[in-house]
Amino acid sequence: MTDALSPTLIPRIAPLYRLQWEEAQACHVLLYPEGMVKLGGSAGEIMKRIDGKTSVAALIEDLKSAFPGVPLDDDVKTFIETAYTQGWLRNVEPK
Amino acid sequence: MSNPSNPPLGKPLWLLAELTYRCPLQCPYCSNPLDFARYKDELDTDGWLRVLREARKMGAAQLGFSGGEPLVRQDLEILIAESRKLGYYSNLITSGVGMDESRIATFKDAGLDHIQVSFQASNEELNNYLGGTDSFQHKVEMARLVKKYDYPMVLNIVIHRQNIDQIEDIIKMTIDLNADYVELASTQYYGWSKLNEAHLLPTREQLARAEAIAHDYQVRMKGRMKILYVVPDYYETRPKACMNGWGSVFLTIAPDGSALPCHAARQLPGLSFPNVRDHSIEWIWNESPTFNHFRGDAWMKEPCRSCPEKTKDFGGCRCQAYMLTGDAANADPVCDKSPHHAELVAMVDRLTSTPLATAIADRPLVFRNTRNSKEHVT
Repeated sequence: MTDALSPTLIPRIAPLYRLQWEEAQACHVLLYPEGMVKLGGSAGEIMKRIDGKTSVAALIEDLKSAFPGVPLDDDVKTFIETAYTQGWLRNVEPK
Repeated sequence: MSNPSNPPLGKPLWLLAELTYRCPLQCPYCSNPLDFARYKDELDTDGWLRVLREARKMGAAQLGFSGGEPLVRQDLEILIAESRKLGYYSNLITSGVGMDESRIATFKDAGLDHIQVSFQASNEELNNYLGGTDSFQHKVEMARLVKKYDYPMVLNIVIHRQNIDQIEDIIKMTIDLNADYVELASTQYYGWSKLNEAHLLPTREQLARAEAIAHDYQVRMKGRMKILYVVPDYYETRPKACMNGWGSVFLTIAPDGSALPCHAARQLPGLSFPNVRDHSIEWIWNESPTFNHFRGDAWMKEPCRSCPEKTKDFGGCRCQAYMLTGDAANADPVCDKSPHHAELVAMVDRLTSTPLATAIADRPLVFRNTRNSKEHVT
């Protein structure tokens, strides 16, 4: 992962992980071999938009239209960087 | 047993489905009960499907298919398909014996998420000796196929006195097999491994060396392969938060349908384990006296009761407390606040200062098989 998160980067969920909504816990979770990460509300909103096609910039735009007036650029970038560090995300290699 | 000071009831997030006690291997550190031969009446397919549905409704998300050897069950494909439909993350915990390429492909189509393959050692002779069967080459082949079919792969190797000095070879083998995650799990001393502890408990020096090697590879493999190294808790001074607390997140269903707060709990006296043939999972988890027995802290004695760490480790492991002190409500004697800790230290010293050859001469290793199990059926 580079120091500055490039807005053109296209992340996808890493193959070891599966994202899903858990009704019983009322949150998104990341499932992986013998483990589970519970995601908070904001983290879930970001992760569910990561589909291997959407760039970081487009993802932020989408969030802005879903949550108008909320200043979220830096928080989203910080979370995505953390998600890369945790190994939850990989880059889609440009063709 | 309700207690107003208890925290709110958690959900059974982790369902361990022990589909059968049958197993082609005979590992002398098996975590199944010594008297597994007593339980012959396995839940049928419909029984398991009901367990899967009810537990999922209760919030279970992680599902382990375990045993014995779960591959022995010919309805495994059906259970995997249902668990995917229900939204579980399904883990197959297997020796690899009973698997072939067509089954690996069928499981993938059915929606299995992950396969964990166990090895007994990195060396064919020792692996086959400990497993009591010529399984090494087949395991290697299966591990390659697991990766070929694009599963995440965990390799699990139980570490003990007889293979700990080969830990570097073991790690190299797992790298060669492209594991995503490696569990170097020190034997925990329950059931068969307790019986064989003189053959299995490594010395402090062996552990220190192995830990340094494991740590070195953890750093080297960072980002490519995760290595988990679990030390035997006999050498610790604070107990493990066993099962994250009794009836907190783990629910084991044994082959005969008995519901257990942990797969070793069956040995605890005075508790009757509710069966899914007679009760709903909801009643078992929320209401049954057994699942409420060691919840919260009302059951605790000193030194746990007044200990500030009781919310962190829940007094340790109930089975270990029972096995080493005779009372499951005592503090786990791994804790150096326990009045029984000195006895544990003395026991460890006695075991590890006895040369392996002497231990073997005193009594040969007892393999986990039906014949040996029958001796423990009273």
